[in-house]
Amino acid sequence: MARTRSGLSPRSGPLLVALVPLGFLAVFFVWPVVAIVRLGFGEGGVLAVLGSADTWQLVAFTVGQAAASTALAVLAGLPVAYLLARTSVPGRGLVRVVILVPFVLPTVVVGLAFRTLLPDGGVLAIVLANSFFNVAVVARTVAGLWSHLDGRAADAARSLGASPLRAFTSVTLPALAPALTSAAAVVFLFCATSFGVVLILGGSRYRTLETEIYLRTVELLDLSGAAALSLVQLVAVVAALSVGALARRRRESALRLRGRASVARRPRGALSWTVVGVALAVVTLLLVPVVVLVARSFDGGLAGYRALAGFGHEESLQVSGWEAAANSLRAATDATVLAVVLGTLASVVLVSLSRGRTRRGVVETMDTVLMLPLGVSAVTVGFGYLVTLDLLPGDLRTSPALVPLAQALVVTPLVIRMLLPVLRSIDTRLRQAAASLGASPWRVWREVDVPVAGRSLLTAVAFGYVVALGEFGATSFLARPDTATLPVAVARLLARPGELNNQMAYAACALLVAVTVAAVAMVESVGRSRVVEF
Amino acid sequence: MRKPLLGAVLVASLTACTLSSGEPEEDGERRVVLVTHDSFAMSEDVLTAFREESGITIDVRKLGDAGALTNQLVLTKDSPVGDLAYGIDTTFASRALDEDVFEAYRSPAAAEGPQRYAVDDTDRLTAVDVGDVCVNIDPAALAAKGVPEPANYADLTRAEYQNMLVVEDPATSSPGLAFLLGTIASLGDGWREYWMALRGRGVQVVSGWEEAYTQEFSGSSGEGPRPIVVSYASSPAAEVAEDGTPTTKAALDTCFRQVEYAGVLRGAANTEDARAVLDFLLSPEFQSQVPEQMYVYPSRADVELPETWQAAAPLPESPAEMDPATIAENRERWIDEWRALVQG
Amino acid sequence: MALTVSGLTVHYGTVAAVSDVDLAVADGEVLALLGPSGCGKSTLLRAVAGLEPASGRVCWDDVDLAGVPVHRRGFGLVFQDGQLFPHRDVVGNVEFGLRMRGEPRTDRVAELLELVGLTGYERRRVHELSGGEQQRVALARALAPRPRLLLLDEPLSALDRALREQLAMDLARVLETTGSTALVVTHDHDEAFTLADRVAVMRAGRIIQVGEPAEVWRRPVDEDTARFLGCGEVLSATVAGGVARCALGEVRLPWAADGRARLGLRPTALRPADEGVPGEVVHRVHRRDHVRLRVRVDGRLVDAVAGMGDAPPVGAEVRLAMDEDGVALLPA
Repeated sequence: MARTRSGLSPRSGPLLVALVPLGFLAVFFVWPVVAIVRLGFGEGGVLAVLGSADTWQLVAFTVGQAAASTALAVLAGLPVAYLLARTSVPGRGLVRVVILVPFVLPTVVVGLAFRTLLPDGGVLAIVLANSFFNVAVVARTVAGLWSHLDGRAADAARSLGASPLRAFTSVTLPALAPALTSAAAVVFLFCATSFGVVLILGGSRYRTLETEIYLRTVELLDLSGAAALSLVQLVAVVAALSVGALARRRRESALRLRGRASVARRPRGALSWTVVGVALAVVTLLLVPVVVLVARSFDGGLAGYRALAGFGHEESLQVSGWEAAANSLRAATDATVLAVVLGTLASVVLVSLSRGRTRRGVVETMDTVLMLPLGVSAVTVGFGYLVTLDLLPGDLRTSPALVPLAQALVVTPLVIRMLLPVLRSIDTRLRQAAASLGASPWRVWREVDVPVAGRSLLTAVAFGYVVALGEFGATSFLARPDTATLPVAVARLLARPGELNNQMAYAACALLVAVTVAAVAMVESVGRSRVVEF
Repeated sequence: MRKPLLGAVLVASLTACTLSSGEPEEDGERRVVLVTHDSFAMSEDVLTAFREESGITIDVRKLGDAGALTNQLVLTKDSPVGDLAYGIDTTFASRALDEDVFEAYRSPAAAEGPQRYAVDDTDRLTAVDVGDVCVNIDPAALAAKGVPEPANYADLTRAEYQNMLVVEDPATSSPGLAFLLGTIASLGDGWREYWMALRGRGVQVVSGWEEAYTQEFSGSSGEGPRPIVVSYASSPAAEVAEDGTPTTKAALDTCFRQVEYAGVLRGAANTEDARAVLDFLLSPEFQSQVPEQMYVYPSRADVELPETWQAAAPLPESPAEMDPATIAENRERWIDEWRALVQG
Repeated sequence: MALTVSGLTVHYGTVAAVSDVDLAVADGEVLALLGPSGCGKSTLLRAVAGLEPASGRVCWDDVDLAGVPVHRRGFGLVFQDGQLFPHRDVVGNVEFGLRMRGEPRTDRVAELLELVGLTGYERRRVHELSGGEQQRVALARALAPRPRLLLLDEPLSALDRALREQLAMDLARVLETTGSTALVVTHDHDEAFTLADRVAVMRAGRIIQVGEPAEVWRRPVDEDTARFLGCGEVLSATVAGGVARCALGEVRLPWAADGRARLGLRPTALRPADEGVPGEVVHRVHRRDHVRLRVRVDGRLVDAVAGMGDAPPVGAEVRLAMDEDGVALLPA
């Protein structure tokens, strides 16, 4: 008996494509991390660290603050998502762009701003600052799905006697769950591994696994202690991701997607207006620190800005502010292109596998593995590079080429988390219809999945761009003085005494904000004119 | 979607590897990779002049703060990431020497002053600059409160300085560690009681220099609430009023000396040229730029400080010092003890 | 035969959704796969399309399609709920298949929109269309690239009844005009009989009976099929000289062979008449163009229909006569 093969699931195709992102992950993540952890194990003493009460206190605080920050970001992000997805209030486009600004602000600047607001620092300040960075992740990820959700199910619930709130919690919220859990997972990982904010606001009183791993690796060269903590961090992250995957498991199903135009309308009713009001309040709060620092950049009149055109006080910088801005844009473009390609490939593979008859566990494991770079300390990866990458041709260890690679490692999971929920929500039969009309599997992707997921892809591009623009850790290590980016320049200026340096730093921040808004607005407008608004 | 995809590919091909290409490696070009810390800075003119004169291009790679730099050198000692390292300081020198990261080389210029700061007699590390950590004060703010300017460690525990001092956490900040080491070097075992007293005086601890100096200190542009801060002996040189008078000053009897060293890495690809670059780091051209570029003092004795520095930030004459080996041996324990004392 | 399916089996895990099915569709023929939901008819259709991994053979003009993926089979597909591309307008949807083949499209799109009665709808967004309009677009989209076989998966069942009947007629006309070879999956026998040249009845993954609509309607192969085709009552009978006799009377079935048999009675098989078995009306309901009665005859309850004008009231004593049109003949 001959076997009739399905044209849509040639098993080898997705698996071959999977090799690209997985290979990248293996070389630039797994190998270095395993190498540095092994080195730590070689020194012994890992068990002692694992057994110490101190370690478990660190775990508790890390997970606790991350969970609290995530909850707050979700609570603040949902109304904004509603505003973006379901209303047609004027200025919506601007909101889409400006909520991304916190993402690029150098942590040292945000840390200082929150210290000013809450001089006592502490847990509250850490949680607030972490959420501040991440509200946009929730708002835009959820809005991506919400803007295509058919509202009639909620209408049905209303007609069955559900209050607007009840209809939201019992119908809309479950439908949004894929995007919501995706966003929450990303935010949780960002918060669990947030470094600068915890250091500045927590001092040595509030320490997390991340700050402790940093201290042990970078300052103390206590590799065994760092290895032990890295393992704990990895386990905690995998546990958190598994919980998220379990929550997602039943939720992701084909949704009836509708055109955006048919769901966005003027807010109606008290509840709707209240939500819009809350959303605007959240946006305003997000902008307060931004406005404060822009105002601060004018403290000395235009002195800071004039200085930007040059190389800083006593040539503190080897690049002018403008050159640093250009460097930032170039580096961010490299990283974004790389991450979007890798993330899209990975998402395509994950969706193809789960649409085929691959065992669910395989897909979920792969999904979790692809998320890990968000949950492992950057310094662990960075030091891992030192002991591994010299074995590759061209010794990348101190090469600026690592900057986009390292950034792509962080941005790729973000892209996956934004694309996957939407791709998974596309009805398989829509794709089958295209195939029956003569579209090859690749053509189906191009004609159906990509355009339908276009808005989310656009969001992913914008996010990738801002993450890369704001990236500091890897860039400050690896960028040459003449390729310094704006965040690196800001940090450098702030690390020096003198009023002019300070003004310049804030002027550079303001420039970073301006560059971000301009870049994101451009990505969005180019994208929107190309991706049919539906 | 055809056009955007094409567009993306186009953008990718135009911009890809903007950073990664680096400088083109020309045939026969002599290149020395100088690994250093984040604070490294030198004017382009000086570097260009050196390249034109020697034919050597210096490729600067920053690896984080002094601790990160040292630890990365230790981790990569079998396969060094550069030819020459600059920025290992007093607190980390011992670890680098124990791990045998550097090879011996005595520059002819070492005799012009750098040798005064030598760690040992093996010539593996050469002092390039000196950066003292001292208590900085805001005289105007103190005068407004009607209290005299503190001059030494003991003064800071007096009742009139209640809630005026801000210091950095020695676990997370290099000046914070230097200040702690200064108190230990000056006060011996009495340092614990001293810190208990400071705690009673409401000393504020923050995690980094940026918070302490730019946010909490009243003498900086941040105009914070505290008039006394742990910073560098050189900081007042940056806080000069329009008429040229300094607005802050360093208490010169509260200083701890941190020396920054350079050395040729064992296993360097280009040892000969690395030595030439080390000579250049000690040259009058480089040394004279060190203050304004990096806010530290030259290690050469025969290089004049800039005028503003002579007035606002002279080199402390008798700072506290400590043997790098002693620091390496005790650092972790001292930090732990300090944490228990001050934050417990 | 254009399409021949032989020994086709589709497994979901250990369950066989389709078992060992043989089927043939001739060029220009419309075959309906008729069966209750869950009988495997959609799975069979999907296997023919190449969307389900299956064992057995699917051939087109005697060429095995085993290695031919969906997009190269040239089979058009219409789903129950259209599955229009939400990001494209009406033209964008209809021209899709032509675009995939790089064929000129303007004239063809206009032609098809006219065929399905949607001229003027070119630039409409698909979410602005009604369900019926969406199905018409889906049909036009599937037909545009001139598929050699059209696969329709419950194409009308998502629509309301009036629309369904209208569209069924339109669909029949379109299939005839275009001379399409088609496989229609449906659970509605009216729909099957309206559209199809032949009907294949499926149950539990197997094809039970294949034949022309009238034949299948009159002579279901077994009791389950008869019941699925609307026979509420199955009674033993004897046929002699073109007349069948059973407990509820006799009926002329000139096409029936003599001998023992069974009769399947649809509600329309019994009507109030001057003569016939006596009974008492216990329940009556108005339907669209007739009245449905529940009548107690000899202690058993049977269905019957009456005209709108002369339907007896509940409690009335009536006599019921058998009507040939409502009777199916089963083997004994």
